[in-house]
Formats: sequence, C-alpha cells, structure tokens
Amino acid sequence: MHISVNVDGVTYADEVEPRLLLVHYLRERLSKTGTVVGCDTGNCGACTVHLDGHSVKSCQMLAVQANGHEVTTIEGLARDGKLHPVQEAFRSNHALQCGFCTPGMIMQAIDLLADESDPDDETVRKGLEGNLCRCTGYQNIVRAVQDAAQRMKPGAGPKQEQHSDEHVSSKQPVGGE
Amino acid sequence: MIPAEFKYLFPSTVDEAVRMLAEEGEDAKVIAGGQSLVPVLRMRLAAPTALIDIGGLTELTGVRDDGDSLLIGAMTTHYEVQRDHLVQDHALLLRLVTDTIADPQIRHRGTFGGSLCHADPAGDLLAPVLALDAVMIIAGPSGRREVPAAEFFVDYFTTALAADEILVDVRVPKYTGWGAHYEKLNRVAQAWSIVAVAAAVQVRDGTISAARVGLTNVGSGPVRATGVEEALIGQPPSSEAISEAALRASSGDGYKDNLARVLTGRALTAAVAG
Ligand SMILES: Cc1cc2nc3c(=O)[nH]c(=O)nc-3n(C[C@H](O)[C@H](O)[C@H](O)COP(=O)(O)OP(=O)(O)OC[C@H]3O[C@@H](n4cnc5c(N)ncnc54)[C@H](O)[C@@H]3O)c2cc1C
Ligand code: FES
Ligand code: FES
Repeated sequence: MHISVNVDGVTYADEVEPRLLLVHYLRERLSKTGTVVGCDTGNCGACTVHLDGHSVKSCQMLAVQANGHEVTTIEGLARDGKLHPVQEAFRSNHALQCGFCTPGMIMQAIDLLADESDPDDETVRKGLEGNLCRCTGYQNIVRAVQDAAQRMKPGAGPKQEQHSDEHVSSKQPVGGE
Repeated sequence: MIPAEFKYLFPSTVDEAVRMLAEEGEDAKVIAGGQSLVPVLRMRLAAPTALIDIGGLTELTGVRDDGDSLLIGAMTTHYEVQRDHLVQDHALLLRLVTDTIADPQIRHRGTFGGSLCHADPAGDLLAPVLALDAVMIIAGPSGRREVPAAEFFVDYFTTALAADEILVDVRVPKYTGWGAHYEKLNRVAQAWSIVAVAAAVQVRDGTISAARVGLTNVGSGPVRATGVEEALIGQPPSSEAISEAALRASSGDGYKDNLARVLTGRALTAAVAG
C-alpha cells in the first residue's frame, strides 16, 4: 500500500506491506535507528515516538496507520546541532547507563512536560509508567526530567543559562583575608 | 515477531466499514487503536485475512450529551475520555477507571470501544460499564441494534457482536453528583488488574439512596455486585454499613473472594467521601 508520512520534518512517500510495523518502517526503511525495539508486547516503551504531537509506542502501530500523519523521533529533536533541553538534562544528570531505554524515555518525558510544566516526583514516575529501564533504578531519570522542566520554563533557555561576565565579577570573595 | 500477511482497508463511513466486513468474511477484523490487536498479531495469536481500520471514522469519536445520558463514541481514546468534561460531570467513575488503564502512550491510541469489544476479563472498563447500566449501540448489515452491557459480555474475549458488526456508540445514563471510586490491585510493572472494584454511590440527606458496584477480573467477564448494592440502600454512608455490605462481594474463588471484599470496602469508603 502507498503511504505518505512526515517524519522529523521530511515527507516520505513509500510503498509498504500493511503488516509492516511503524517502528520497522522507521528503522529499516528510513534508517532512523535511534528508535529501538525492546519487547514484543507493548510494555517497555523503548520505541516511543510522537504521532501528531502525542507519544505512542511505534511497535504498537502499523506503518499504514501513520499514513497522512506526522511522526517525530528522537533523531528529530536536536536543532542546529544543539541538543533538546530534555536530551541535555539526561546527559548532565547521568540519567542513562546502557542507554537502550533513553530514546523512549526522552520522547515520553517531552510528552509529559507538555502537560505538566513543573512535575513533582510522583507525577514524573506516573508519566513514565510505560517506559522500563533495567539499569538506572530511575532516580536520575526522575531528576533529569525535573531539571529539564526548569530548563524549559518560560524565560529559561540558552540566554538565561549563560553567566554574564558582569554577574561573575560582581561576586564578593568568600572566606578569610 | 512480524505479523502474518493481511489485506488492509480504510473505510470512510460506518456503512462502508460494515459492507467491507461482510465482503471480507469471517476472518476479517476491525482494528481500532490497535493496542490489543497489534500485540496479538505480532505474537501470531491471530491471523486475520483482512483488517478494516476504523481510525478514519470521525463520526465514532467524541462524547455527546443526549439528554438523560451520554453517548461515548467507540473510537474515543482513553486520553480523550480522561479529559472530557461531560464524562467528568456525569460519569466520573469512567474517568477514574480510565486514569488507571495502561500508560500514557497506550492511552493516546487505545479506545473506549476497543477495550469493550476486546472483552479481556482484566480490562478495566467492563465492570464500570456493566455497573452503570450502559447500552451498546451496534451497526450491522441490517441497521442498528442496542444491546445492554449485561448481555454484551458473553465470555472470555467474547461479546455479543457478530463478525460483521461494529460497535458505534455506548450510551451511559448520567450519574450527575454521584461519588465514585475505582480500587485496583495490580503489580507495579503491569497495569492489568488482579482484581478491581468500580463503585458509584449516591448519598442524599445522609443516606445512601443508590449504589452501583462492578468487579473486574473475578471471572470470565465483569460481575455486578447486586448484593452489595442492595445492602447499601437506605444505610448511612458509615464504615459499619460499608463493611457489612462489602461482605456480600463474591467471586466464587477463595483468594479473589477475599480481595473482592476488601477492595469493595475501600472503593465504597472512597466513593461516599467524594
Ligand atoms: C502494555 C499494555 C498495557 C495495557 N494495560 C491495560 C490496563 O491496565 N487496563 C485495560 O483495561 N487495558 C489495558 N490495555 C489494553 C488497552 O486498554 C487497549 O486500548 C484496549 O484493550 C483495546 O483498545 P483498542 O482501541 O486498542 O482496540 P484494538 O486493539 O484495535 O482492538 C481490540 C479488539 O476489539 C475489536 N474492536 C475494536 N473496536 C471495535 C469496534 N468499534 N467494533 C467492533 N470491534 C472492535 C478488534 O477487532 C479487536 O478484536 C493495555 C494494553 C497494552 C499494550
Ligand atoms: S518495543 Fe517495547 S513497547 Fe515498543
Ligand atoms: S539505561 Fe539501560 S535500560 Fe535504561
């Protein structure tokens, strides 16, 4: 069957078998191997992508069901060579060990942050319920999502994260003589 | 695994979908959100010859106000049910139940109707739909028919739907102002219920005037705890009255019997409180 799908900003027109899963279409036809497969049952969330702006498990969909829709994968997040703030937060909070769950975790974290701009611990854990991690024990993942929320706050961004020289030089030295 | 081959059809109206189902024969299947069907295909537990994708039937999505009741379109996603203000105001129990289903990704795709048609005894929407006296509106080759929830759930993974029929809408009477709660016992890593209890209670002038109680995953289908409902009527919403009524929850299985009673007590206590 003929499909037309927009993936990470590019429209692709392809002939696919109806039984082709969306995740296999992304990986094998479009070489978007950033999205991974971790299970056969829809439980692990490693394959999470966005479909028209909402997170879905791409192993739980047929490619033909994405016909006419917009898909965003982990590979479509960086802008002009700069990582997405959620990617940055995962890196600086050591929120990954083997990294297999990370693409799905990040895609789901972005979905969560769209609904909850300042989530508490419990809200993050609930929001990532459909993503399993076998390495980290989740602590640093929760931390990273909360850090990302701060980085993405209105007014936050590259400018606000920079310490201007003026700010630094106005600091008084601390301690003795 | 990769699913076996099938033909894929994308109707644009309910009538067209019904016609396609009839033409493709017994081994054709409807695909809604695919959140139960795709894993079934991947594990090759089923190999339908054709899939009729009803994802394009916009007439099946959304919740409408229909006087004394709500009409919930079969293709309304769990995510949409969670955020619908009509459901919140008139069928709070359904929102509370839907909040516990699976995870955010599955709730974005999985549908209200798909859950009911799949008829997994552990499916969370079956018991509340039964307890709330909902009616299934079904489209087939000879037009529409209505089936009460009590007759819709036939057995494990089996409903009253014929092979050439589609669930279109679910009519749910309004329960405006009723307290509600869903008490669910599940493993941490799996959202599926071991046992769960759906309760809706109406309290008037300090007395329970009506109650609806449904049990999830205690048998081959949802179970309505009519004994519990009857025991509550005319009682104050007190812990004594609730404990007494909860003793009547039963599943016919020792371990689950006990769970059903304990969870019924908790569900009712929370339902009368809010
Ligand atoms: C990891 C995981 C966890 C889950 N956890 C839970 C949970 O905790 N609780 C819970 O209740 N559910 C759970 N589910 C199931 C989820 O709720 C599904 O959304 C639901 O079971 C099926 O809905 P669907 O729209 O995806 O249906 P589909 O998968 O598309 O279809 C399911 C079946 O129903 C039939 N069907 C669907 N719609 C219609 C229709 N309108 N008319 C006629 N036939 C139809 C199909 O032919 C198919 O046989 C889980 C699923 C997964 C993958
Ligand atoms: S690969 Fe595990 S949920 Fe998709
Ligand atoms: S980092 Fe290894 S599975 Fe999460």
